[in-house]
Amino acid sequence: MLRKRIIPCLDVRDGKVTKGINFLGNKDIADPVELAEFYSSCGADELVFYDITASAEGRGIFTDILKKAASSVFIPLTVGGGIRTLEDFDRVLKCGADKVSVNSGAVADKTLIRKAAERYGSQCVVISADVKRSGGKFVVTARGGRDETGLEAKEWIRYCVSEGAGEVVLNSMDTDGVKGGFDIEMLKYVCEGLPVPVIASGGAGKTEDFIELFHELPWVDAGLAASVFHYKEIEINKLKEALSDSGVPMRI
Amino acid sequence: MTGIVDYGVGNLFSLRSSLKFIGEEADLIADPDKLRLYDRIILPGVGAFGDAAKKLRDTGLGEETVRLAKSGKPVMGICLGMQLLLDKSLEFGEHRGLGLISGEVRPISETIPKGLKIPHIGWNGLDFKPHEIFKDIKQGDCVYFVHSFHATSCPDVIATTDYGAPLVAAVAKDSVVGCQFHPEKSGEVGLKILRAFCRLG
Repeated sequence: MLRKRIIPCLDVRDGKVTKGINFLGNKDIADPVELAEFYSSCGADELVFYDITASAEGRGIFTDILKKAASSVFIPLTVGGGIRTLEDFDRVLKCGADKVSVNSGAVADKTLIRKAAERYGSQCVVISADVKRSGGKFVVTARGGRDETGLEAKEWIRYCVSEGAGEVVLNSMDTDGVKGGFDIEMLKYVCEGLPVPVIASGGAGKTEDFIELFHELPWVDAGLAASVFHYKEIEINKLKEALSDSGVPMRI
Repeated sequence: MTGIVDYGVGNLFSLRSSLKFIGEEADLIADPDKLRLYDRIILPGVGAFGDAAKKLRDTGLGEETVRLAKSGKPVMGICLGMQLLLDKSLEFGEHRGLGLISGEVRPISETIPKGLKIPHIGWNGLDFKPHEIFKDIKQGDCVYFVHSFHATSCPDVIATTDYGAPLVAAVAKDSVVGCQFHPEKSGEVGLKILRAFCRLG
């Protein structure tokens, strides 16, 4: 039986994981490669590296980190952040990424997903959408929630999947950072019935939130979180055991 | 020393890194005349069967891989590389494979129940028969899959995985093995499988 996946997300800026402090007791781990190795050893099923640098110099540092991580961590790696062209896909795939996640880039260029899926295959193309409630609708935002795109989330994601996106990450801007649980209502409305894997993001604060996610929405394939793992509020191996005990199929 | 067949498809960075990590030297080989210099061969692959099969034919790498496999050199096909070991594939038309393993590659949609997502992406458990490459792992251990097609009518299955129905996860005949999953992306379990393969030959 296919297992549900637990995915830590590492936001990388200038070669360091942001929020990567107070980790492992008194030792601060801000080095993304070390953190990736640690998560892999704890049972993370996949890792997301998110490049939040803006400068060309930062890009270079990021791809170096990616190469190092892909040389010592042997689970699937997804890369996102600043992916706007096929050249961006090429750059990160050559450094060991298995999947590439597009967000604002797909909004700016509505043909990006199709072009990437044709060249690299759908299994490689992930549409990541930052979605919030606005005027009684679920709308897609760009640039990390700063811009409203005017796109309705359910339609947008279906369009992206029809264009060849092979996986969907739905990040609720309404629950992100609140730690009160995943946005079950938004996930259900926007993603139920999609023919491709769905990764839920935004809102995880405790183990029970993951249990609720997979029990309420059995078609959700994975749960993604960042700071709760970085701050060790949730330990991945214990989380996976608790999920398994509650009847959710996990890789233990 | 392991030779990784480099015929211009797929990303070989992770595969090569995983071999390096377990202490196995590995080179990417695009020249068919060099393949015989290696103790064992890995045939990787991501993408479409027809295109990959054509490239293997055009470069001569396919023919040389077959010759070496028949002479007893260990060969491992991974993902599309495993499918290429079979007689033929029905992915977007009918295409001839290397014919080292009997069977044909067909869409998993013909086998699995309706409503399951395709591709079959993620971690799934192995149900395997005794084989050297599985010496260091346990029944039910999980490996990472990404595929929409699978091997059928194959008498040489050594492992299956359950995705609503049993799907072929690995095949083997003589010195040739094939994994539908990605051992280079399957964590510790995958590295154990690669290590075991690298003891062959």
